Amino acid sequence: MSKRLTAKDYASDQEVRWCPGCGDYAILNAMRSALAEMALPQKDVVFVSGIGCAGRFPYYMNTYGFHTIHGRAPAVATGLKLMRPELSVWVITGDGDGLSIGGNHLIHLLRRNLDINVLLFNNRIYGLTKGQYSPTSERGKITVSSPEGSSDAPLDPIALALSAGASFVARAMDVDTKNLKDILCAAEQHHGTSFVEIYQNCNIFNDKTFAAFADKPVRNERTLNLQKGKAWSFNENQVLSMDQHFKAQVEEYNEKNEYYLHDPTSLIHAQWLSQQHYPHTPEPMGVLYQVDKPCFGDFQHRKKPHVATQEQLSDLMQGGKTWKVE
Amino acid sequence: MPKIQNAQQVIIRFAGDSGDGMQVTGIQFSNTAASLGNDVRTQPDYPAEIRAPIGTLAGVSGFQVNMSSERIHTPGDKIQVLVAMNPAALKTNMQDLEAGGILLINSNAFQEKDLNKAQYTHNPLQDPGMGPYRIFQLPLTDLTLNAVKNIDISHSASKKSKNMFALGIVYWLCDMPLTETLDWISGKFSDTTAQANTAALKAGYHYAETVELFDARYHVPKAKLSKGIYRHVTGNEALALGVVALAQAVGREVFMSGYPITPASSVLHELSHYRDLGIQTFQAEDEIAALCACIGAAYGGHPAISCTSGPGLDLKTEALGLAVMAELPLILIDIQRSGPSTGMPTKSEQTDLLTAIYGRHGESPMPVLAVAKPGECFSLLLQAYEFAVKAMTPVIILSDGNLAMGAEPWLIPSVDSLPNLKKLIEDQSSLWNIPGRENKAFTLGGIEKDLTTGHISYDPDNHHAMTQKRQAKITALSESIPPLEILGATQGKLLVIGWGSTYGSILSAIETIQSPDIGYIHLRHLNPLPNDLFDLVEHYDALFIPELNSGQLSTYLKGKINRPIYEYHKVSGKPFLIDELRQQLESLL
Repeated sequence: MSKRLTAKDYASDQEVRWCPGCGDYAILNAMRSALAEMALPQKDVVFVSGIGCAGRFPYYMNTYGFHTIHGRAPAVATGLKLMRPELSVWVITGDGDGLSIGGNHLIHLLRRNLDINVLLFNNRIYGLTKGQYSPTSERGKITVSSPEGSSDAPLDPIALALSAGASFVARAMDVDTKNLKDILCAAEQHHGTSFVEIYQNCNIFNDKTFAAFADKPVRNERTLNLQKGKAWSFNENQVLSMDQHFKAQVEEYNEKNEYYLHDPTSLIHAQWLSQQHYPHTPEPMGVLYQVDKPCFGDFQHRKKPHVATQEQLSDLMQGGKTWKVE
Repeated sequence: MPKIQNAQQVIIRFAGDSGDGMQVTGIQFSNTAASLGNDVRTQPDYPAEIRAPIGTLAGVSGFQVNMSSERIHTPGDKIQVLVAMNPAALKTNMQDLEAGGILLINSNAFQEKDLNKAQYTHNPLQDPGMGPYRIFQLPLTDLTLNAVKNIDISHSASKKSKNMFALGIVYWLCDMPLTETLDWISGKFSDTTAQANTAALKAGYHYAETVELFDARYHVPKAKLSKGIYRHVTGNEALALGVVALAQAVGREVFMSGYPITPASSVLHELSHYRDLGIQTFQAEDEIAALCACIGAAYGGHPAISCTSGPGLDLKTEALGLAVMAELPLILIDIQRSGPSTGMPTKSEQTDLLTAIYGRHGESPMPVLAVAKPGECFSLLLQAYEFAVKAMTPVIILSDGNLAMGAEPWLIPSVDSLPNLKKLIEDQSSLWNIPGRENKAFTLGGIEKDLTTGHISYDPDNHHAMTQKRQAKITALSESIPPLEILGATQGKLLVIGWGSTYGSILSAIETIQSPDIGYIHLRHLNPLPNDLFDLVEHYDALFIPELNSGQLSTYLKGKINRPIYEYHKVSGKPFLIDELRQQLESLL
């Protein structure tokens, strides 16, 4: 019997070079713990990343990894997974890599629903290129490339993933490693493309961007941890609900009332939740949406490719109209 | 009865509206010619528009067949017989009919409205300029309707058989049997459609015979061809067969991805039927993803191939750089077309050579091979993959629109004679660290890596060494290139150097001249170049490099070879005519 794998077994011998205090460290640790918990053999796990700070992630894992080019990790992962369906394939991307230069590949991966896990590290800034506004930066953001404030409206990754047809959509944050680890495990166990947006603090170029609800002292009252079959309750005695005009309401929890119980298979509720943000409501965290859908790979592998025999090849080459020269 | 004369060669073109069935007519004619033992070359000419308005110049579709009792290498320059089903077909094809040539016209389609659609102000057949041609104006539509009148089929379906009526006439003209086409009709169509086509074909043949339509008929005797079993292949068909053979040669499933683009798409279409022969196809969301997915498949240990054309080549360059850096074997096939930008998608050029060799940022060398004739797409694909694995590199194969769509008789190789690449792949397993190996977990990527450990390195000397290493392994492939085949003089005044689809035209021009002073080599390997090229060029006074571009091979060679170079360029979307090359060669001797 081989020894039980621990988080350390998933750490590579490479020195981690993210800035001290970066949220990526917490994500890295949560990932190592998640893989240990699931006891996935290192040889069968592949991290495929694009460009950006998040792109360095694979180097720090004692698994297979491929640090590819800007925005293209979903496409590389697609080719890998199609030919090697037995591997556990993870795409590591960021808000710039996944939503800007690689936006096209991301939506097509989601609609094809290959059994791949996509982790989008969202720090709402370009970090590695030193602080330009990103596709998730808020309008008016002042950065090195937007001294008068960015005039671009931000993209919402969760809403985008839902409309692209993703079958598993979740949100987690770097500072809540326990929930993050659980969501990573749930993503791996889901059959189909799992999309996880991870709020990640960039303490150099966009510090405290999520602090208003993510900081420990306020987290409980300002975030909502979604749990299947449970009411949208938070902060011990408060509950979020949708009124008949689809407006969000926060009220005191009353056990006599009937509340909507979180159903991750409801697309309409997931889409509604994707529009709810602190400070108007608590920030929804956890699995917003999860359904079973046909995977591209399943469909294709109903007839798994197998190499032609010599006879089959010969028949093919001599197929159609032939003639003999004596 | 008209006399049947033996002819060495007949070149015929069927031209009509896109809906007139000219492609199938041409294919039927060439299949019959091939089965009779003639050497055959064909070239289709489609409009770029899918359904251009009926009868317009934009909607003309043509198919040229060259049949001969001698070995031939091109579809031919001038045509001897033109079948023009409407005025637009006449207008766009007439310039290629040789003086004295036969012009077969469907007079039913030469009404005033038809002439207007082709932008004729009067009937061109009445022009004095038509004097040198032998014109046969027949009401092909009416004759066809009459031939099929007893068959229970709609009026519009009846009219559609007129291509078979025309084909029947041409079969009689060329003393060819109907059997091949009759067999095809009965296998292809349902009852009444088959009856109509059969009746039209036979009626056309018998009509020509009864009215003794032509004063002379032709018979093209058998050609002396190598023994064996043949089929027609277009370049793209041969590529698809090569991919299936590659799966067999490697013993692993092949990944093939593409994004729809003219004239490359048919390779993806063909291979999408072959999952049970080991091919996994993937239609990607864009050209970039198509190559990136190949990189993923190659990383996973499988042969990976993508097929594209010019605009796609541009988009794929960044991913090619990653494949160079990550040292992953894969093949990119570029079916060149007229550019830049959208250019002329259905027309052919050789204008991507320098892009293929140099068109990436950084120093990013990779092998570039070029196909000379359609059937060669099969063998060169296997060789390209051997190169890819030997040097752990992406490889570009250049084909072009003429090769992709043009067909030639292909001597089908025996499966036993194909290379086996399993041993080579096994030998490379330490360099090709595919996921799933115990204790070999490793991250590779596009960042420069240390020469010995493979880990990230920004060391200046290391980068210099790695740059040299990447070049050296490509250069070393020149040892694996077969010796150049010299046609004609092994020394003398002029060495002609060609590459790509111009092979047939150049060879035919040289054969026409039969000069003892001309030698000819045709390069299949552009990067690296064959080692024997450098010694060989010293045996000639000068080089002549004809290309369907503005001189890309000559530009490339000028930095490497110190001989006088004469050039001839054409960038019209059309292949070289044998005659224009003959004139060029004669002017140089």
